[in-house]
Amino acid sequence: MKDKIRIASGQGFWGDLIEAPYLQVTKGNIDYLVMDYLAEVTMSILQKQKNKNPNAGYAKDIPPLMKRILPFCVEKKIKVITNGGGVNPEACANEIFNVARELGINNLKIAVILGDDIRTRIDSLVNEGHPLKNMETGEPVDRIKDKLLSANVYFGAFPIVEALQKGADIVITGRTTDTGLTLAPMIYEFGWDKKNFDLLAAGTVAGHILECGAQASGGNFLGDWQSVDNFAEIGFPIAEAYPDGSFVITKHENLGGKVSFETVAEQLVYEIGDPKNYITPDCIADFTSIKLQDLGNNRVKVYDIKGFEDTEFYKVSCSYADGYSAVGSLTYSWPQALTKAKAADKILRKRMENLNLKFDEIRTEFVGYNSCHGPLAKEIDEDSINELMMRVAVRSSDYDSVERFGKEIAPLILTGPPAVTGFAGGRPKPSDVVAYWPALLSKKVVTPIVKIMELK
Amino acid sequence: MKIKIKDIAHGRSGDKGDAANVGIIAYDDKGYEIIKKHLTEENVKKYFEGVCFGEVKRWEMPNIRALNFLLNNTLGGGGTVSLKHDAQGKTLAAALLRMEIDVD
Repeated sequence: MKDKIRIASGQGFWGDLIEAPYLQVTKGNIDYLVMDYLAEVTMSILQKQKNKNPNAGYAKDIPPLMKRILPFCVEKKIKVITNGGGVNPEACANEIFNVARELGINNLKIAVILGDDIRTRIDSLVNEGHPLKNMETGEPVDRIKDKLLSANVYFGAFPIVEALQKGADIVITGRTTDTGLTLAPMIYEFGWDKKNFDLLAAGTVAGHILECGAQASGGNFLGDWQSVDNFAEIGFPIAEAYPDGSFVITKHENLGGKVSFETVAEQLVYEIGDPKNYITPDCIADFTSIKLQDLGNNRVKVYDIKGFEDTEFYKVSCSYADGYSAVGSLTYSWPQALTKAKAADKILRKRMENLNLKFDEIRTEFVGYNSCHGPLAKEIDEDSINELMMRVAVRSSDYDSVERFGKEIAPLILTGPPAVTGFAGGRPKPSDVVAYWPALLSKKVVTPIVKIMELK
Repeated sequence: MKIKIKDIAHGRSGDKGDAANVGIIAYDDKGYEIIKKHLTEENVKKYFEGVCFGEVKRWEMPNIRALNFLLNNTLGGGGTVSLKHDAQGKTLAAALLRMEIDVD
């Protein structure tokens, strides 16, 4: 058994800093690289891609990334774990094999985790007494069944543990909790018992700290953000984990960023509900038990974490088509920028009313004045406003109304208040609204599948 | 003496469906006592009038001198449905740090 392992965060979301994983594997020593690619509705986008092309449906960034990092991973024996397999982990693995061949690497074992996709099983699950009620509204899934785009169970760490036990160099999963990606190597390397919930909670907390990338190492830090060193080459966080469940959050010394009590604490409170009940498929972690000790030099010790037994449910994330939306904007300059922008909004609404367009919602915000804090925005002296952007967004089940809205923005330049500009991008186009449907499902009716694929 | 929450605390916010999560962390124990006293569910609900249309829930995290809030019915339907510029409530922690309070 190792006495310590270093797990590095490489991506906090699909679209995160492309250089981050490369820097993690080249600028210092790590044992694992973990990367989160899946936001709540990413699966629906990937499912659409797979419907058009059976070889698509995973995070397209992964193969080119692997081309850059695979030689280092092989040389330094760094294992890669990611949920970027989306709805097609096998296609992702095959593409990585192609990359490996190009690089002259001819010995590689990839594990893919399957079984999370329950989209085609919805009817039978409902018939067997699993209503997949919306966790927020309590409605049964029947209401959106016909509009369903994707439905996936969140698996936890244990399928990944099995993959590592079978000798995988790379683990590609579909829908897996972000925290499971980090917890799994700890269970595997330290031989943790699956009933030792304090240890599972510790690894889960480590995963929560790593899952949003540099948000734990100085990014988006609302404390003294100007004290963060070298944002341009920010180091993503690394968890240096020990068999007793304690770990140290740090970063590579030669990269920028900041790891302190404050930066880690901010990530701990990010997107949580009841801190005593942080529920994952692996355990329930008590975030009020976490102790932080700032050791200096960008090292924060995290320890004493308590956990409880997991629930009997998996969380399910469904997505469904819910109409169309579009966003348009124009910019008004001094003088009277706010008064003019408000007048323009009124004119636009009157014209859309005259046209009898149907919307579920029309929302107008003034960027530079109230688009962040809404009615909390303080009154301002209008003469001091240099310029303002009027941002109008609409949503409707009627495609034609949304499309016509897009044609009503530009005319305001020649038919409304003066000193207006900023219509460069063409008419706003309707885009599909994908809504999210969270539900619970008994663990008994879904089984993760660990499939080993080998390049020999 | 009037101070802003920002003088004694920092924080981070994000989305949980249509609810916004706002975590506020005091820089020291004294600050934690102040935010516990002033940032009650009732005060926070009142402060976010016109932004939060649901219940405000608060949990204490004395281990890191933090309060965690869930502001229900706040993000215009949440995630991808929301038409808000800040659809994920990313700037709402900053909004709460701007609150002015009276301390001795």
